[in-house]
Amino acid sequence: MADSKGGDGHDPSRRDFLYVAAGGLGAVGVAGAVWPMIDQMNPSQDVLALSSIEVDLSGIAEGQSITVSWRGKPVFIRHRTAAEIAAAKAVSMDELPDPEGDEARAQKPEWLILVGVCTHLGCVPLGQQGEYNGWFCPCHGSHYDTSGRIRKGPAPLNLPVPDYVYLDDNNIKIG
Amino acid sequence: MSGHSSFESNNAVIKWIEYRLPIFGFINDSLVVYPTPKNLNYWWNMGSLAGVMLMVQIITGIILAMHYTPHADMAFASTEHIMRDVNYGWLMRYMHANGGSMFFIVVYIHIFRGMYYGSYKSPRELLWWLGIIIFILMMATAFMGYVLPWGQMSFWGATVITNLFSAVPLVGDVIVSWLWGGYSVAQPTLNRFYSLHYLLPFAIFAVVFLHLWALHVHKSNNPLGIDIKGPQDTIPFHPYYTVKDLYGMGIFAIIFAWLLFFAPNLLGEPDNYIPANPLVTPTHIVPEWYFLPFYAILRAIPDKLGGVIAMFASLLILFVLPWLDTSKVRSARFRPVYKMLFWAFFIVCMGLGYLGAKPAEGIFVIFSRLGTALYFLFFLVLPFIGWFERPRKLPESISAAVLDDSGGGGGGAIEGAAAKAEDRG
Repeated sequence: MADSKGGDGHDPSRRDFLYVAAGGLGAVGVAGAVWPMIDQMNPSQDVLALSSIEVDLSGIAEGQSITVSWRGKPVFIRHRTAAEIAAAKAVSMDELPDPEGDEARAQKPEWLILVGVCTHLGCVPLGQQGEYNGWFCPCHGSHYDTSGRIRKGPAPLNLPVPDYVYLDDNNIKIG
Repeated sequence: MSGHSSFESNNAVIKWIEYRLPIFGFINDSLVVYPTPKNLNYWWNMGSLAGVMLMVQIITGIILAMHYTPHADMAFASTEHIMRDVNYGWLMRYMHANGGSMFFIVVYIHIFRGMYYGSYKSPRELLWWLGIIIFILMMATAFMGYVLPWGQMSFWGATVITNLFSAVPLVGDVIVSWLWGGYSVAQPTLNRFYSLHYLLPFAIFAVVFLHLWALHVHKSNNPLGIDIKGPQDTIPFHPYYTVKDLYGMGIFAIIFAWLLFFAPNLLGEPDNYIPANPLVTPTHIVPEWYFLPFYAILRAIPDKLGGVIAMFASLLILFVLPWLDTSKVRSARFRPVYKMLFWAFFIVCMGLGYLGAKPAEGIFVIFSRLGTALYFLFFLVLPFIGWFERPRKLPESISAAVLDDSGGGGGGAIEGAAAKAEDRG
């Protein structure tokens, strides 16, 4: 930066300091001005306000499943039969590409709640289909079992379980 | 733009690029070593400030377009959505709305600067023309932008301004319904205004490029209004004028920030926070402040077509200014009569601006007519001034005037020295 060799009354270190201080303060100012322009693309307050939903489970018969919309994505709510639960629990961890026990995926065994977005490239899998009678994704042929775990195909992970709580026996809040 | 560049670099990558696309030489020639008159005062800051404001408007405008919905049923709500829900949306919108005002302030000072120092005269007539084209494009852009929030003022402003064209004989109504895309200002109007409001800034950007190209051929005018006679009259743009422009930009940013953060609605109309209602007109319609002098001229003429003609004429007459001014001397510093006339014209413009905001009744109408007459009188008497006015003695050169503190060059040199002292401060 400053290359004055003395004799002209300037102290090089002082000039260097002024350069760095002015440049640094300028950089802070620019960053402060740029941040709002980046942050404006993040989810807005009205979008965040809609980030949880409540669902009444009482109308869903055993063996039936429904799809609800949460944060613009499908959420599968499946009232599992005893056979489906047994099939899910019987699987050995060694067979799973993404090992996870069925107990960890359902707070109450009869209710399975999943984000219905294939972990491969984001398509919506079809219910009660595939080689494991769970879900089958028509886009690239991923098979999920009755716990929503990936068993076969290109998808790397299980269908994710969203955060949810039971408000009472028949009502849940997702998100 | 210029053919041969003096730019040299030892960096292999820069040399490789420069051989194929001489962009570094271009930047070097037009922003670094670019020879600039050594006596420019702070009125010459407005050009770069206008460029900065154009960029601010384009950037904030692109951001607003990400959140805005150009539909008659949703435009107002989406504007409020920007204000309340979008992260920093209030900042983006207030910056854009007040940025428009700041852009016009800077451009108006820029135009008056050009008039005072005779920057429109040969060989800068086309430079002046390109500037007027930018100004007209700015007015069109600002008008259509003001319609987008779809408040009461948006809607009725759009109705009044588009109805100006109904004054055209025979085809007036056809033109107006073509502009509207219907029988009134409505959804099709809003949608096309949105499209054009997004397009025109890029047209402005292109004309600004031509404006700068023309500027760099004969270089900046200067407070003395005399030509650059040699290298002793100039200093390189960088660092001298980059620093001077940046300092002015800092002062400008403080004023802009005050308006933006402490008085964001000072220049707006409260009625525009009422959603557009095609069945009720607000009792007092006023355009944005930057249109007020022209609005006053429009209302001053007691005839529909006449008013519209006078308004457009007041703008278009600027195109012939370089030929109406018959004096060979550029700067008003050396033109005692023109200097008085200029300040009279300036006061008339301010006065018309004041009158444009007042209701069209009583004494205001009379003054508006007087102001309109005086506005055009300026352009009518201008050719004659050049014939009888005795200009003061011009300094020998820019450097002679700058160096001559003793005042040997007459009044002009004293003024030049005074300007230099200001520059130091």
